[in-house]
Amino acid sequence: MFAALGDQTRLLLVARLADGRAYSIAQLTAGSRLTRQAITKHLRVLKRAGVVHSRRVGRERLFEFDPRPIGEMKEYLDRVSEQWDQALARLKSFVES
Amino acid sequence: MENRIEKRIEIKAPVSRVWRAITDYREFGEWFRVKLEGPFVAGQISRGQITYPGYEYLKWVAVVQKIEPERLFSFTWPYAKSLDREHYSAADHSKDPTTLVEFRLEKTKNGTLLVLTESGFDKIPADWRLEAYRRNDGGWTEQMKNIERYVTQKP
Repeated sequence: MFAALGDQTRLLLVARLADGRAYSIAQLTAGSRLTRQAITKHLRVLKRAGVVHSRRVGRERLFEFDPRPIGEMKEYLDRVSEQWDQALARLKSFVES
Repeated sequence: MENRIEKRIEIKAPVSRVWRAITDYREFGEWFRVKLEGPFVAGQISRGQITYPGYEYLKWVAVVQKIEPERLFSFTWPYAKSLDREHYSAADHSKDPTTLVEFRLEKTKNGTLLVLTESGFDKIPADWRLEAYRRNDGGWTEQMKNIERYVTQKP
């Protein structure tokens, strides 16, 4: 997931999709210097990371942002961080007493 | 959101004392709350059992990486979701993602600066879901929260 988001273009795509609306590739390509092919490639990476989903509406494929993976990763990291705060506090106590 | 965690803590004790607390398997066990089977040896698997009352079924397993005296101690361990830590076995899961935990020590005016980093979260697979992890009754983070409550009740 970090690799998926660690790219300027993909971050911009996510920022755009994060308004909650569903976008077609044409819409995402409009106003971008990138080709349709390049945008599609980036969307595929984001899909694999679970950050973006697509669904077919009529003849179009629409892409939507899914905030869950990012939210959950953040929550997980916050918890791990908290655990370490606690463990290190115990270490400090243990050594200093 | 970073794919690593870093903590810095100043401890009022000499580097050698802090080093011992981290790398002596009995002392490590006392503050980390785990009963380890034996000493830490670079390149070898460390096994043990969590010692918090109520959570003694939780297993500890890690692969010791570097032991650079009084400078760096590191190990890898499975991150909470790649497999449930209870049933980890290196033979079966040698390719599972792990995170790297590093303890770095530096002498300071007042004692020791300990820098702890945990990295490698970028290896967590895309289909990871916290919900599935939470549903696991042996959830590590939930245990640690309870552990903290226990510790603060019994100083």
